[in-house]
Parts: sequence; structure tokens; C-alpha cells
Amino acid sequence: MTATMTASRAMRHSHRDDGGNLVATGRLTRFALRRDRVRIPVWAVSMAGLIGYFGLVIPIAYPDQAALQTRAAIMKDPAGAMMTGPGYGVENYTLGAMLANELLGMLAAAAALMSIFLVIRHTRAEEETGRTELIRANIVGRHAPLTAALIAVAIANAAVTALLMIALVGNGLEGVDSLAVAAGVGLVGLTFGSVAAVTAQLSEHARTASGMAGAVLGLAYVLRGVGDAQELGGSALSWLSPIGWAQQTRAFVDLRWWPLLLCVSLTVVLLVGAYLLAAGRDVGAGLVPARLGRANATAALVHPAGLTLRMERGSIIGWAVGLFVFAALTGSMGQGIVDSFESQPQFAEMFGALGGGDVLRRTLVTFLGTFAMAVAVYAVISVNRLRREEAEGRTGAVLATNMSRPHWLLSSLAVTALGSTVLLGVTGFGLGAGAGASIGEPSLAWDFTLTALAYLPVVLFFAGLAVLAYGLLRLGGWWVWLLLVGSILIGIYGPLLNLPDAVLDAEPFGLVAQVPGTEVDAVPLLWMSVAAVALFAAGTLAFRKRDLEA
Amino acid sequence: MSAVIDVRQLSKSFGSVRALDELDLTLEPGEVHGFLGPNGAGKSTTIRVLLGLLRADAGDVSVFGQDPWQKAVGLHNRLAYVPGDVNLWPKITGGEAIDFFASLRGGLDRSRKDELLQRFDLDPTKKTRSYSKGNRQKVALIAALASDVELLVLDEPTSGLDPLMELVFQECIREAKLAGRTVLLSSHILAEVESLCDKVTIIRQGRTVQTGTLAELRHLHRTSVVVVCDGDAASVESLPGVHDIRRDGDRVLFNVDDDALPAAMGRLLPLGIRSLVSTPPTLEELFVHHYGNGAAVGAGGEQS
Repeated sequence: MTATMTASRAMRHSHRDDGGNLVATGRLTRFALRRDRVRIPVWAVSMAGLIGYFGLVIPIAYPDQAALQTRAAIMKDPAGAMMTGPGYGVENYTLGAMLANELLGMLAAAAALMSIFLVIRHTRAEEETGRTELIRANIVGRHAPLTAALIAVAIANAAVTALLMIALVGNGLEGVDSLAVAAGVGLVGLTFGSVAAVTAQLSEHARTASGMAGAVLGLAYVLRGVGDAQELGGSALSWLSPIGWAQQTRAFVDLRWWPLLLCVSLTVVLLVGAYLLAAGRDVGAGLVPARLGRANATAALVHPAGLTLRMERGSIIGWAVGLFVFAALTGSMGQGIVDSFESQPQFAEMFGALGGGDVLRRTLVTFLGTFAMAVAVYAVISVNRLRREEAEGRTGAVLATNMSRPHWLLSSLAVTALGSTVLLGVTGFGLGAGAGASIGEPSLAWDFTLTALAYLPVVLFFAGLAVLAYGLLRLGGWWVWLLLVGSILIGIYGPLLNLPDAVLDAEPFGLVAQVPGTEVDAVPLLWMSVAAVALFAAGTLAFRKRDLEA
Repeated sequence: MSAVIDVRQLSKSFGSVRALDELDLTLEPGEVHGFLGPNGAGKSTTIRVLLGLLRADAGDVSVFGQDPWQKAVGLHNRLAYVPGDVNLWPKITGGEAIDFFASLRGGLDRSRKDELLQRFDLDPTKKTRSYSKGNRQKVALIAALASDVELLVLDEPTSGLDPLMELVFQECIREAKLAGRTVLLSSHILAEVESLCDKVTIIRQGRTVQTGTLAELRHLHRTSVVVVCDGDAASVESLPGVHDIRRDGDRVLFNVDDDALPAAMGRLLPLGIRSLVSTPPTLEELFVHHYGNGAAVGAGGEQS
């Protein structure tokens, strides 16, 4: 019996040894796709659904060419270009050109986010939890887990491309140009999946690795934003960004394919880099070795809020730097906005929906609203950290001491509130400082810092929703994201879609917007604050009454 | 026959921390080898090097005569690994996790899986999220034990198992030994090592301090004696080689070096022994001897 066992081993040995570093990649790929069998379709369907929805609504909102041309005028404006795309074909704006100019960048960023999350989830996150070690102790090649993650992410992007293609063609758009848009989104996704494959090698921690890749994505969006704002059709800066490359195919206007080759080339370079980095390193290790810390906790750390702050510190700093850069760059276009408004007063009307104050301030407040949305995203992520704390048993360990549940929850919330305040302040300061520098009015920095803080109640309102969702754990957290993303989409695209005023007015970010230099309207701020506090209280109450998960 | 595992002068640092410092470890085919050391001694680091997950900084490491860093995949054909802390994917069942691991090593003997599930009393239909630490550990153990391999690498495999399950585990290891498999068992549970292992290697601060068969290690150490005499047994205290003497009611307890045992017995006999219990040193005592204080290191054994 031993002899046959040995013989079968020997056969298997010779049979399985050949694949070398990639052995079991297929098996791991199938496993990754199985784990993501809901996640990937949800991303793809949501993105295609957005295109389908716009395809239905825009012909209603912009029934004729004249209406479309008013929209095209926004693209000629630096502020409009900054947020959307380079602005091709604005002389004869069509539905296709509109989607390619204004939605492609957003969709590409979404595909990039999806890819970053997927790659990190299947590489560094697995490594951090020790599961890679369990897998690699089997007959699995050194590069199999990374390769499987990349194949899975390629399949996910192919699915996104296919569904976008169907949605675009379903809207009656040209097939070839639709393919350029859809493939552009998928390729940007793949490019940032490769960025994540590199950052996954750098840090020992999944959160840091996603954070680094996310920062690269943010930078790419800003680069093309500034580049597009500088010049109609994009400038040199636009060409530094993979998102810019996808937009430079000029789909539905004057199609060219070669910018997509840049995405492909960068992907190849990044992947070579990722594999080189992965080849020589230990499982579980990052390229930056962990430092030693202090032996004794400081007085600040032993307070629960101090501990939470320590856990959140890196993330707050990362967000602050990203938002500051983005805001300062946006603000620095202030002079350009003023110039274009002076030459073409009709833009002022479009951006001046808020009334009162001068054109520049009103326009910048519109941007501030967008930044406040990003801060709200931070706040919800920050609250949702509690879920992981609980699932991994740390909350149970803390609550087993003489720490009460409300105390624990409110300490954590205090950190979220502090982080949100800092982020809003930094964003407002960056926007005001950038604008102030461009028009020679330094006092704008302080004006906008204060104005930005007016968004704190609405940010805390969304944090409150997340707290309530945490208290009512069984309901899941998806509805908070639904409300937040819904508010963001209405806030950004609502005016474009000619949604009813009642809907636009109910959108929380528009509700609290204040224009610096005008009288403060405290009523909505007050109501929003009351709502946030009520949500905190309800969430805390629900948390007190439920079972702990782990 | 050549050694299954042969580690010489293995060193590994993480940044400025020296985890392994010229460590030696040898396993002959068919032996169950205990790998003992306090927390942080470098047991898991050594095992990860043996699996080709970490790259050795210096020294020679061979598993089945090959370099595990270069030949990890081929070597993993021939070994199975169980870590001390098993983390599983939350949304799959225990049975699915076992099959997944099995599929990574080219198939599974279903009847063997069923048999092990029954012996370890594990419900394979539950989601891994709901498993306790012990149950997650069972998943990894069953996946490893059900595989047809020559070497089992077990890193504190019973942490989290209850005493009954530990007995099942010991049975399985004995069966593996009968089947001619080699086992590296890193452990804190000394009774387990005593009852299972042919040889033991003790490490401390990344260095091998002692290695040998249990009999050899015992030979170098002491016997614990508990005695009740008509006279005063405490008078043995004056003999050389008698240590740690103390009184507990009528009883006198002491440790005696093995070569001083005849003299101690000679002293006790005339005192009228009413009861005497002598026990070989437990591994706890070996541990205390080696790790209780730094000065004790260097006593006996195959020093390296």
C-alpha cells in the first residue's frame, strides 16, 4: 500500500511540478469569482444602469439641439470641464458626445475603484488575515494568488465593458464609438487594478494598500480635471492621467483608438513591476518593514476615543491631503472662471442658482458642495469601521471591561465628528486659498473655511444614518450608501436632468449650502443638526438593545 | 536515508529584529519531532521558512533535500500544513473550505474526509463565520490529515481544541506515524509532545538550545521525589545534587540530579520510608530549567 501511495505521489509530483510559479491559478481564479459572484455583477449593472438612465432622461431634459448647445456651453467653461471631461464636439453637441464628455470620466473612476477593491481584497487582505499562508502551503505557485486576482479583475472589467456596450447601443448610439467608451472604462479599470497590484506589494495592510491606490486614482482625476480646465479638448496635464486617455478617444465626435494603447502599456509596465516586487518578498511582509512602537500607552491612547483616533489617524491624514490638493487646484481656477463669466454671462446664470454673493463665490460654493459629499463618504466609512471591529471580536473584548456600550459608541463617533470637521475645514481652506491666490484676495481662505464648516451638520446627518444602520445591524448598511450616493447624484446631476425643484431642494447638500459674504440661513443647519443628534441617539439605543455579533 | 528536514545555521531578521539566529533542526524520515519554545522563540518563523513563505537570510535549509524557497510548489506536493491560528473565508461552509484546500492539492479522499469529520465532530454544513476558534482549527486539521502526504507540518495545531478533541488529534498523529509519515509538531502543550514525539528540539530566542530523544533529555535532568518518612527526610538537603527541597505537611518534596539519586535513596532508607513517589521530569520542568532564567542555558544536551 505504501508503495502505491508513493508511486501516486511521484506521479502527481512530476505532473504538478511543471506549472512552477503559476500552479493552481485557475482554481484560485474560480474561487475568487465565486466569492465575488454578487459583487461584480452589482458594479457592472449599476454602471450600465446609469448610462441607460441618462439615455432615457437626457432626450427629455434636452429635447432639441438648442437645448443641447446650452449644455455644451458648460463644457466650454473651465469649471464644467474640471468636473467632467475635455469637451470635444461642443460645436455640435449630441447625446453620444455628452455621455463621452461628461459621464465617461466618472464611470472610469468607478471601474478603477471596483478594480482597486477587488485586487486588494484578493491579495493583500488575504495575506493580512493569514489565509494566503494557508493557501500557499498547498500546491500553489508563488504568483498564483496575484495572478488569479488579476484575471478575476480582468473578467470583472470585461463584464463592465460588455454591459456598458449593451446600454450604449441600447440607447441607439453608434456601435464602434460605444465600444471605444465601454472599452475605455474597462481599460482604466484594469490600469488601476494594476496600480493596486503594485501597492499591495508595498504595504503590510490592506487598508493602506487600497488607500495608496485610491490616492493615485484621485491624483489621476485631478490631473485630467486641471488639464481639461486649462484648455478646451484637454492640455498636456490631461495626458498624464489614464482617465484622460480614455476620454481622449473623442468617441462620438472624431474617434481615435490609440490613446487606449497608453492604458494597455501602463498596465503592462505596472504588472511587470508588481511581479518583480512580489518575487523576492516574504509572504505577509511589506516592502517597508514595520517599526517598533512605544512600550507603554500614552494617557491619550487609553481613552477609547484616543484608541479610535489612533486607528483613524492615518486615514484622516490621507483624506485631508487628498482633499486639500483637489480643493486648492479647483480654487486656483478662480480667475479663469471669473474671466469666462465676464465674457459669457449666460454661464453665470447656470452656476448662480444659489443667489446672492458674487459669481466666483457662488460657483465655488457649488464645488464646496461636491467636496462635502466626499467628506460624507469619509464619515460613513469611518462609522462603518465599527462593523469590522465588532465582527473581528475587538468590540466584544472592549465591552467585556467596565466600558458601557453608549460610551464606546459615542467615543468612536467623537472621532468621526472630529475627522469630518478637520476635513471640511481643510477643504474650505484649500479652495479659498487657491481662489484667493488666483484673484489676489487672501481673505477668501478664511471665508471658505467657515463656509465649509456649514456642511458639518449634513455630514454628521449621514454619519448618523450609518450609526443607526450599525445599531440595527440586521438591516445591513447598503441603504445608507443608497441614500448617500442618491443625494450625491442628485446634487451633481440633478440640475442637468431638470429634476423637479422639490427633489432638488430636499437634497441635503443643497439644503445647507451657504454663500460667504451673505446672511447665514441658520434654519436648515439647525434642523440638520437636530436630525443628526436624533439619529445618533436612535442608533445608540438600538446598539444597546441588540446582541453583539462576535 | 537522508533527512526530511535539514536546517543548519538558519538566520532570519525582520528589520532590526533578529527572529532566527543560527537555528538548527533535523528530522529523520518517519519521526514525530516536537518543536518547543516559548512565545516569540521563532517556531512559526522557522516553519514559514520551511514552507518557502519566508526567505532565509543565511544558513542552509532543505526539505526533502530541496530548497523550499526555490521549490515551494513541488515540495508542497509532499507536505501538509496546519497553522495555529486559522482564518477562513466568512461566507463558505466548513465542508467547502476543506474541499477547497483539497482541490489545491489535487483531490480528496471523500471517505477519509467523512471519517475525520465524524471523529473531530465537526458540522461541515455551517458557515465558517459561525465557527469557534477550535472549529476553524479542525477545518485545517482535517484538510491536512485527509491529504496523502509524507510530511505534516503542524504549528501549535491543537490551540483551541478541547481535551477530547486533543485525544482524537493524538490518535490521528499516531496513525500517521504508523503510515510512515514524518511529523513536525510545534507545541506549547507539553503533555502532547511527551506522549507523541520521538525527538524534541527546544529553541529559545531563535537558537536551538537542545535537541535529542526524550530519553536523552531526561537523562540529563532530574527526578522529582515526594517522600513521607518516620524520620526527618529533609536531611537529604545537605547532599550534593539535591534541589528545591520543601515541606508540605508530612511530605517532603525535592528534585534530585539523576546521578545523585542513589545517594539520596541511601540517606532516606534508614529513616523508614512510608511512601515514596518519584516522577521523571515533565517537559514543564525542562521548560522552566531552560527558560526560567537565562543563566540556566548551556546546561547539558547537544549544544549548538
